[in-house]
Order: sequence, then structure tokens, then C-alpha cells
Amino acid sequence: MPDQSPAIEVSHLVKTYAGMTAVADLSFTVARGEIIGLLGPNGAGKSTTMRILTGYLPANSGTVRVCGHSVASEPDAVKRLIGYMPENNPLPEDMRVSEYLYFRGRLKEIPRRKLGPRIDEVLELCDLKRNRHKIIGQLSKGYRQRVGIAEAILAEPPVIIMDEPTIGLDPHQIIIVRDLIAGLRGRMTVIISSHILPEIEMTCDRVLIINRGRVVAQGSPADLRREVLGGSAYTLVVAGDLVALPALLAGVEPTLKITATGAPDAAGFATLSLSADRADELGEPVLLALVAHRYRVRALSRAQPTLEDVFLAATRRTWDAKHNPASVSA
Amino acid sequence: MKHFFTLLSHELRMLLVSPSTYIAATAFLFFMGFIFTGILENYTRTPQDASPANVFFQLFWLPVFFMVPLLTMKCLAEERRLGTIETLLTTPVTTTEVVLGKYTAAYALYLSLWGATGGFFYILKRFSSDPRLLDLGPLVGGYTFIAVSGLLFVAIGVFASSLSRNQAVAGILAFVMLAALIVGGRWLGEAAFLNREILAPAKAAVDYAQIFAHYEDFTRGVIDTRHLLFYASGTAVALILSILSVEAKLIHS
Repeated sequence: MPDQSPAIEVSHLVKTYAGMTAVADLSFTVARGEIIGLLGPNGAGKSTTMRILTGYLPANSGTVRVCGHSVASEPDAVKRLIGYMPENNPLPEDMRVSEYLYFRGRLKEIPRRKLGPRIDEVLELCDLKRNRHKIIGQLSKGYRQRVGIAEAILAEPPVIIMDEPTIGLDPHQIIIVRDLIAGLRGRMTVIISSHILPEIEMTCDRVLIINRGRVVAQGSPADLRREVLGGSAYTLVVAGDLVALPALLAGVEPTLKITATGAPDAAGFATLSLSADRADELGEPVLLALVAHRYRVRALSRAQPTLEDVFLAATRRTWDAKHNPASVSA
Repeated sequence: MKHFFTLLSHELRMLLVSPSTYIAATAFLFFMGFIFTGILENYTRTPQDASPANVFFQLFWLPVFFMVPLLTMKCLAEERRLGTIETLLTTPVTTTEVVLGKYTAAYALYLSLWGATGGFFYILKRFSSDPRLLDLGPLVGGYTFIAVSGLLFVAIGVFASSLSRNQAVAGILAFVMLAALIVGGRWLGEAAFLNREILAPAKAAVDYAQIFAHYEDFTRGVIDTRHLLFYASGTAVALILSILSVEAKLIHS
């Protein structure tokens, strides 16, 4: 049964624009009902990948399957399975919200009889009820964005693709959009792209970090932290003999190093950053060793790496790989 | 073709609710009325051979040059500039349906603008005592010519609009292509260098594509299938090129 196939299957996708490679051998799969975030710096190939998924752009090579249907050979079937909101959310300026949704619903082959109630439903869901008779060109950015999302979910497609749905919104609107996307969890497969990292972290089950057209890391935000950053980091506020400190720390754990030292304040306390290759907790042995050697400790905390650190580390890794390929194959 | 009527009714609706349509229609009727009045004033001074309808439709190229680019320059260029073509083509709609929907809507507007000039002849009939002024033959022939040639002119405008995302460029392109077809064809027909024996096939082709000659046949009541074929095939070519142009822009974007 085709229904058991993953929502999206991309394998060895390549797309070049006039000699420039936008997507280079990209492969990933998305399970049904999963919310997945595409993360990457500008020009990483996020938008191009999404456009290929929708069948809007043809790929140079590789295969893309949406719910078991190939995008290249059955574009019509795929277009019926997808709700898409492009980058910058283009909308006609001179239509009313409800008119626009009606027109789009007819194009998406929703029967006339069901379309009215369904439009009411998505307007309610996207909190657009009061604006249904407004002209789209006069709406604020946040409302326009909601119209785009309402349009994408209108036909209840199994797969929703949204390119930067929260770009240009204020924090309050971002929360609304985030809740909206979270409300689709389980019912629809959602792919969103963004470079706003907390966004992705809060809504997505899984993150794909893309750089230069390749997947450089993937997994849940927690997995990514472990995988990409490896060890752990600590912040220590301490007073005492800072010169002898590295040796003391090495005695606790050989890989534990001081990565940054702040200037001591009036009371002689300096803020240090430590890092270790081990991921398990080193707080207690470090504290015991420090106290045993008469250091005065004000604080010791484990630094929680943000997705931002993961993102930077993962993208840096691809640049390193690009410059000295020998180290990757090793 | 399932979505053709959805797209067409959408386009027509957008034309009907847009104030610019009414402004354009008013300006068009004002301009045509001005020409029509000029023709009638000529008749009051000196008797003429041809009927007023004949003279009026002879000037068809004047509104075609301005109205057709203005009507069509927006249709595909605007979609691409705003990026709404992307949302449009990611629904189960084909490029053919999109182009045909836009073309048919533009053609319908073109026809209705010309149709409105029928009012001039009604006024003439109502207030003139001389029935000879209103010769039915050239009138029907003239409107038939406008309807048939409009198919090709509007298709050329749509094609120009598919070439650029800039409306002004699309409008100028349409103007140049129409001028080349209508005036350029006439100029080539009169050019002496085509009279050489070796260029006889080219001469025959140019003679076949004389829009003014077609017009004269239509007003004389001759509806030649060769003329109909000329406009039908020209329309088909222009629309196919528009569809290919939209798709090529996607592949090479």
C-alpha cells in the first residue's frame, strides 16, 4: 500500500543554476506526521530544495518522492498532496481574503459544497475571521503570513511545505504561527525552513542542517548537540591561583581545558569557560578538587549549548571539509 | 482543462472589480468617439465614397497599437514579478490552463471594449435622417474583422507579457511586435526589392500576411478561410510560444 511509504523521500538530489550548484547530492527522508526544520545559512539550498519538492522546479538529477509518488513523473499527483507557502509569501494585492481562499480552494479541487465550511474553518484556525473581508494588499505582514498559512492548509494536504513562515513577524505573531504549526502535528507532515534557530527548536521534531546543498547534520535538537559538539562546556567563577588551575583541572579529567579567561573583578573572581571532550557530568569532581586546593568558588555551571552553537559548528565543519578534504576521509 | 473556467472566471472577476478597467474603457471610448465625430464632420462638409463604418474600422490599428499592449502587458509579467506564479503552478493547474485563462479574459475585455463602440452607430442611426450613412455590410464585416484579428493581436500581447517580468518592457515589446506585423507587413508588401524573381516565395508570404488587405476583404463581405486560418494559426503559435516561454523561464530560473 502506497500509504505506508514515507511522506518525503529525497535521494541524491542535484540542482545547478547556470553552472552554480545549489543542491549537491542531497538525501533525506521525512516520516508521516513529522515536523521537520530545514536549517541553513542564506544560499544553502533550502528554498531550491523546497521548490523541487513541490514540483515547481525540475531537478538536474536524483529522485524525490512524496507519499510514494515521484515528483518528476507524476507532478499532478504530487501537487494534490502538497500545500506550499513560498518564500516571502506572494499574494495578489487586490483580492479579499475570503475571495482568495475561495479561488485557491477551487484550484485545489475542493468541491464547492465543502469549500465554504472549510474556509470558515481555516479562517478560525488562523485567527483571520475578523479580516475575512479585508483586501490582502491592506493587511499587515503578520496577517498576510497567516493568509499564506491558511492557504497552505486549506485543502488538508498530507504534506505542508513552508519556506520561512515566520520571517518578518514580531515575537507575538511568531508565537501564534508556531502554535499553528504545532497544531498540525501528527495530522500533517510539515517542512519549514528558517534561520531563526529557537523557532525550529521549539516546533520541530527533527532538524536538518543544510550547507552548500548538502545535509551536514540531522536529528532532534538534543541529538544534534551531542553529535556535533561532542563534549561538554562549563562556566566557572573562581578566585585563587589561576596559573596552577590548568594542571589541577587536567588532574580531574585530561581533556578538560580552559577555553577563555575573563579579567578578575574587584574581589578577585574571574569567569572562566571550560570545555571537555566527555559528555557526562564533571561538575562534582571539579568542585571537590577546587575546594581541596583552597580555591574560592562562586559558581560552576554546565553551559547548555544552543542550537545556534550546533548550527555554527556544523556549518563550520563543512567549510573545513571543503578546504582540506583529507581530514574528512580520515 | 478542469481549471480553465476557474481561472477564467477569476480573471474576469478581477477585471470587473478593478477601477483601472473602467478608466481604460472610458478613455478608449472617449478616444474612439473623438475619431468617430471627426469622421462624421468630414461627411457634413463633403460627400464621401465609403460609409462611416468603413472609415472608422480602417483606423483599427490605432487603438490596437495602444489598447492591446495595455490590456495584456500585465497578465503574465505581473504574476512573475509578484511571485504568485509560484503558488499558482504548485496547485494542480497546468501552464496551458493559466495562459489560456489569461488570454481568454484579455480577449473578452478587448471584444467588449470594441463592442461598446457599437453605441456610436446606434446614436448615428437614431439621430441621422440619412439611412445611407449606416451601411450594414461594412459594419458587420468590420466587427467580424475586429473579432477575428483580435485573436491574434491579443495572443501576441500575451506572448510579449510572458517574455518579461517588467510590465513596461512587456508593453513595449507587444507594441513593437504589433507594429511589425501591421505596419511592417504593409511596408514589406510595397518594398521594391521583394519583386525580384528569386524572392517570389517571400513576396507571396508577405502578401498573404497583409492585415490591411484582410480588413478590406472582410468589409467587402468576403470571409476567406485563408484569412481565418492565418489568424487562427498565428494565435495558436503565439499562445504555444507563451506557454513554452513560461515553462522555459522555470527551467532556466
